Amino acid sequence: MGSFAHVVGGERFVFDDLKDLLAKASPLRSGDQLAGVAAETDAQRAAAQIALADVPLTVFLAEQIVPYESDEVTRLIIDTHDKVAFKAVSHLTVGGFRDWLLSDQTTSEVLTKLAPGLTPEMVAAVSKIMRAQDLVLVARKCRVVSKFRNTIGLEGRMATRLQPNHPTDDTAGIAASIVDGLLYGNGDAVIGINPATDSIGQVMSLVEMLDAIINRYEIPTQSCILTHVTTTIEAINRGAPVDLVFQSIAGTEAANRSFGIDLKILQEGYEAGLSLKRGTVGDNVMYFETGQGSALSANAHHGADQQTIETRAYAVARKFKPLLINTVVGFIGPEYLYDGRQIVRAGLEDHFCGKLLGLPMGCDICYTNHAEADQNDMDVLLTMLGVAGISFIMGIPGSDDVMLNYQTTSFHDALYLRRVLGLKPAPEFEAWLKAQEIFAEGDQVRLATDVPRAFRRAIAAE
Amino acid sequence: MADSDKGVTIANPWTHLRRHTPARIALGRTGVSLPTSEHLAFQLAHARARSAVHHALDLTKLAQDLSRFGPVVEVHSAAPDRPTYLQRPDLGRRLSPVSAAKLAAEVKGPFDVTYVVADGLSAYAIEKNILPFLETMLPLSDKSGWSRAPLIVAGQGRVALGDEIGAIVGAKLVVMLIGERPGLSSPDSLGIYLTYNPKPGLTDADRNCISNVRADGLTYAQAAYKLHYLATEAVRRKLSGVNLKDDAEALPKSDGASAGNFLLDGPKS
Repeated sequence: MGSFAHVVGGERFVFDDLKDLLAKASPLRSGDQLAGVAAETDAQRAAAQIALADVPLTVFLAEQIVPYESDEVTRLIIDTHDKVAFKAVSHLTVGGFRDWLLSDQTTSEVLTKLAPGLTPEMVAAVSKIMRAQDLVLVARKCRVVSKFRNTIGLEGRMATRLQPNHPTDDTAGIAASIVDGLLYGNGDAVIGINPATDSIGQVMSLVEMLDAIINRYEIPTQSCILTHVTTTIEAINRGAPVDLVFQSIAGTEAANRSFGIDLKILQEGYEAGLSLKRGTVGDNVMYFETGQGSALSANAHHGADQQTIETRAYAVARKFKPLLINTVVGFIGPEYLYDGRQIVRAGLEDHFCGKLLGLPMGCDICYTNHAEADQNDMDVLLTMLGVAGISFIMGIPGSDDVMLNYQTTSFHDALYLRRVLGLKPAPEFEAWLKAQEIFAEGDQVRLATDVPRAFRRAIAAE
Repeated sequence: MADSDKGVTIANPWTHLRRHTPARIALGRTGVSLPTSEHLAFQLAHARARSAVHHALDLTKLAQDLSRFGPVVEVHSAAPDRPTYLQRPDLGRRLSPVSAAKLAAEVKGPFDVTYVVADGLSAYAIEKNILPFLETMLPLSDKSGWSRAPLIVAGQGRVALGDEIGAIVGAKLVVMLIGERPGLSSPDSLGIYLTYNPKPGLTDADRNCISNVRADGLTYAQAAYKLHYLATEAVRRKLSGVNLKDDAEALPKSDGASAGNFLLDGPKS
């Protein structure tokens, strides 16, 4: 394992190994400072980026950030690496890879073929030497399509997760937020509830309720209860009508263990979801969430920077062909991403890295009340991710999650993005919105003014 | 609503559904955007939630208030102040050396359970909820015959601080009662974490969590019922965390909460 060095203005900067070089090249964020791995000066960071640009991509196959012997995520990355796909870029350095990604010759088709040939560490490395506009431009070229009861990720479209959380899982309270979301045109990615408590009885009744609503109103979408994968497996064993199997994942074996999971448990969840055969247009049955800082939070980061570890989580996701995966970028708090500036950068990195690795990447564009961020920062990230072609975002009443206590994008925010960028929902869901007269006919997204017929009785009876 | 809103803003005819949820539904719209009044109401709520994060818990007064339940010991985490606490969660997860020594000297186990009360990210959560919750919970706990360590009051604490405290006092179970991070509509929510055989270095997978305990959230009776159930099972099965499922059925809801679901009741339209 060799060290890396770069001389700037007579000063020689030395980096211990690839892990150290990646950490020092990472744009500044509080989590890397907390871990003690961040560059100490801007000059050291710039030198690290220049040194990183000279590293051949093949080095990432030879030198591991987290040891192969002791980490199953590393073994997954190395053992499933597609050497044939990698050939397209195997002659390049990290810097050369950036140029190649941005070049006119590198089209959507080329990137789709390349994805299995890339490792998370290669993708994380190149992201560290890219500006925000580079992250947007390349991500926009990536095309990742996934399917269950509708089609996510088509060009010119963006989906939303309708997130009708309630502090005590009150069924009418959840239903009220679902009505609000549907009538604002949200919910094609999934109708997904974070339950207030992880109880099997509660999960069973919520799964059944969402299934009944989707059936009754014939909504071309899928449901998910965001509970631990072992709880979902138990619910499936008890006969619950589960659409998507959820789990939070991270980029090291130890961090996943802190979530109470490993690859074997995820495989069991994946197979349990597939066994129900509830998808109508496809069989992508998994929904994953990630976020920079979760490995450090569990003291399971192996001295690596948080963005590299985050990208390794996408290798875990990739194995199980998810319908949806999103980074919950500002959720974990200011000790990992301090302010709006750091959250915006991390959101763009995560989306780029996920897309390049071939994942249907979304983003929970969010912040907590103890971070130095506000709605203006979220508008910036929302707009940039819209331009970058994000697969889906969250949708919640008035940006306020009354269960999880943080702020994410609202139903209105999704409509804003559709309006300014001309983005449509998933085609099956769009057709339903028009048939229900929730969206007015026409090319531009416009809400109808009357309450749709199908919902009139339910709302009036209240 | 400002006069300028009239004519262009569109109200949503389902404002009556707000009685079911504190969520910000039926906000109306101008074009596809928030009306001015709703936009500015959000700005005010955000300002208030920010102030909850920085409000300090008066530990001495809290210790006095809690003395009705028995002896109380006051400790501090290794984070000396709020700015450090926010940026160094590692310090909030362990005791200051002074507090660790004090606890070891003053509290001698073994105990079945120790209850720890910490400010976390919202002192409001403790100020508003801790007395009524303990009044409900402690009789249940004592009735089960569990020996109880003195109540521990902790300043600048994070969840994992409870594990170190539990290990020092020699408790089989630690119950961490802590202020959750403030939400826009709920700056005063109490979180409860349960660990069996607590010791430093455990992770979230080793704990069970009950959240949103407050007057308008999970009621004190419901939270105490769940905690008592989980604690009983943890002792019986000698474990906590993801392998201990919360099979406790929810208590019957109090008045005002809905049993049905208007989207599914009645004939299909």
